[in-house]
Amino acid sequence: MSVTDTAPVPATRTEAGEPRKPRKPRSGALLSLLAWVVGILFVLPVVWMVLTSFHSEAAAATNPPSVFAPLTLEGYRSFFTGGASPWPPLLNSLTASVISTIIVLLLAIPAAYALSIRPVKKWTDVLFFFLSTKMLPVVAGLLPLYLFAQNTRLLDNIWLLIVFYTSMNLPIAVWMMRSFLSEVPVEMLEAASVDGAGLAKTLRSVIAPVVMPGIAATALICFIFSWNELLFARVLTATVAQTAPVFLTSFVTSQGLFLAQLCAAAFVVSLPVLVAGFAAQDKLVQGLSLGSVK
Amino acid sequence: MTLAVEKPGPGTATPPERPSGARRASAWARRAPLLPALVFMIVVTQLPFVATLVISFMDWNAYYPDEIGFAGFDNFQRVLTDVNMRDAVWTTILLTASVVIISLLLGLGIALLLDRSFRGRGAVRTMMIAPFLVVPVAAALLWKHALYNPEYGLFNGALTWLWGLFGADPPQPDWISSMPLSAIVASLVWQWTPFMMLILLAGLQSRPLDVIEAARIDGATSWQIFTNMTLPHLRQYLELGGLLGSIYVVQNFDAVFTITSGGLGTANLPYAVYQTFYNAHDYGRASAAAVVVVIGTIIIATFALRTVSSLFREESGR
Repeated sequence: MSVTDTAPVPATRTEAGEPRKPRKPRSGALLSLLAWVVGILFVLPVVWMVLTSFHSEAAAATNPPSVFAPLTLEGYRSFFTGGASPWPPLLNSLTASVISTIIVLLLAIPAAYALSIRPVKKWTDVLFFFLSTKMLPVVAGLLPLYLFAQNTRLLDNIWLLIVFYTSMNLPIAVWMMRSFLSEVPVEMLEAASVDGAGLAKTLRSVIAPVVMPGIAATALICFIFSWNELLFARVLTATVAQTAPVFLTSFVTSQGLFLAQLCAAAFVVSLPVLVAGFAAQDKLVQGLSLGSVK
Repeated sequence: MTLAVEKPGPGTATPPERPSGARRASAWARRAPLLPALVFMIVVTQLPFVATLVISFMDWNAYYPDEIGFAGFDNFQRVLTDVNMRDAVWTTILLTASVVIISLLLGLGIALLLDRSFRGRGAVRTMMIAPFLVVPVAAALLWKHALYNPEYGLFNGALTWLWGLFGADPPQPDWISSMPLSAIVASLVWQWTPFMMLILLAGLQSRPLDVIEAARIDGATSWQIFTNMTLPHLRQYLELGGLLGSIYVVQNFDAVFTITSGGLGTANLPYAVYQTFYNAHDYGRASAAAVVVVIGTIIIATFALRTVSSLFREESGR
């Protein structure tokens, strides 16, 4: 098959014998165009959501769609001031996500330390125990948690959600943090111990600088998962501790002119996740694959 | 790299003359940072499952609080012979398999497109990630009302516009009523393709480029390189994406709840459990259904854990 026996240049030819080079730029341009088209198709519903949120209700409900209708803040106004205020649910979501993320980090970082830098015996077993809890379907824990909450009067209490979100994200955080901590070069740890640096100093001046981006990425991913959660929030909260996704479910059976308001609501609730996700973009894969893909 | 296994960190070398009491103390010092997280996980995740298992053998309906008792395998028998539950099992399998397979294939194609350098590659990658970053309920609402709505949804709007160009009468299907499960699948594929694409793109970029270049110089065609080198290398990334995707999609509640509210034969197991418990208040039967879900998931999870641990070993061996 090889035609390069005489000429060592990689001037490969197809079986038909046509030189391959001249054909390549055109097919390359076509593939680039295809990539753009696919990207635009995937982002289109998001763009449509944002565009519709800035249209008037009348312009949002036309067929064919009025793409160039005048922009207005009507949708946002009716979302924030029209009916029940979305601020308490948004604040509840923020509280639950931020506090559970902080607890997750406080528990996960020492645990990951004991699984990577100064590992306990059988550390792989422990690591896989954490992972296995992530694989059990959450719906199976729903009823006992509900009954527990009912008997301890913790229903509609944001702290119950915080505890649940902590358990939901802890395995992911342990796996991610372990993978980031094992990137600390062992030579640096040895050098620090030769220099007589104590634990606190090693943590502060050797480990922290290396893993800080990892901690940030872990925090963002835990925040996203807590912010998105619906099933438990719906069952365990009512009016006081209601979170933003639960608030959004009031749109499920909506009738009449509400599309601009709906899109405004969907965009406002998704905005923190979009910001956090784009911020953690380059670490997103590592987090979602629990640190097994770099 | 796992410095911990290959090369024990400083302080690991315990002097042999140390008395056993001190060694035990140092082992506990090592374990101490791990314990809070471990104890927390055992209490919060394992105890509820034990409780679910116990309740699944009980006769317990919140509407009849006086009739709580031991039921034996009755709940399981009712779950496994209930037509709705069997439909839910089938729906769950169909939903999970189609979402995972379609988004894996799409994700593979898009990852291959993005594995080349071209103008605006970063922008396309960012656009591709966006669907994954819309809150799931918001995404489901968006598809239900802004895209699928038969009167003013974007899909039928686009049909009206396209047919209008030719002066014809546009078809205006009612997407959700005419194809409820496909409607849910499409919205989930939209959200999960970016996830698969990201994992597969990471896999593609970890290929040994020199070997591929050598194959190309030896006259291998692009197709030969793809089937004989790229696909085998991607296999474990495909497995990882497929299994992690399955774990998340099998538990999907948001899309089913929002788009069809479990109607039109789209109730999957998580929705059915939710309904039995939230609407029917039949705690015993809901728990039995939950135990069935757990058993099903354990089967998937065993494969998933094996895949992750094989990737993990490979990483450790590096």
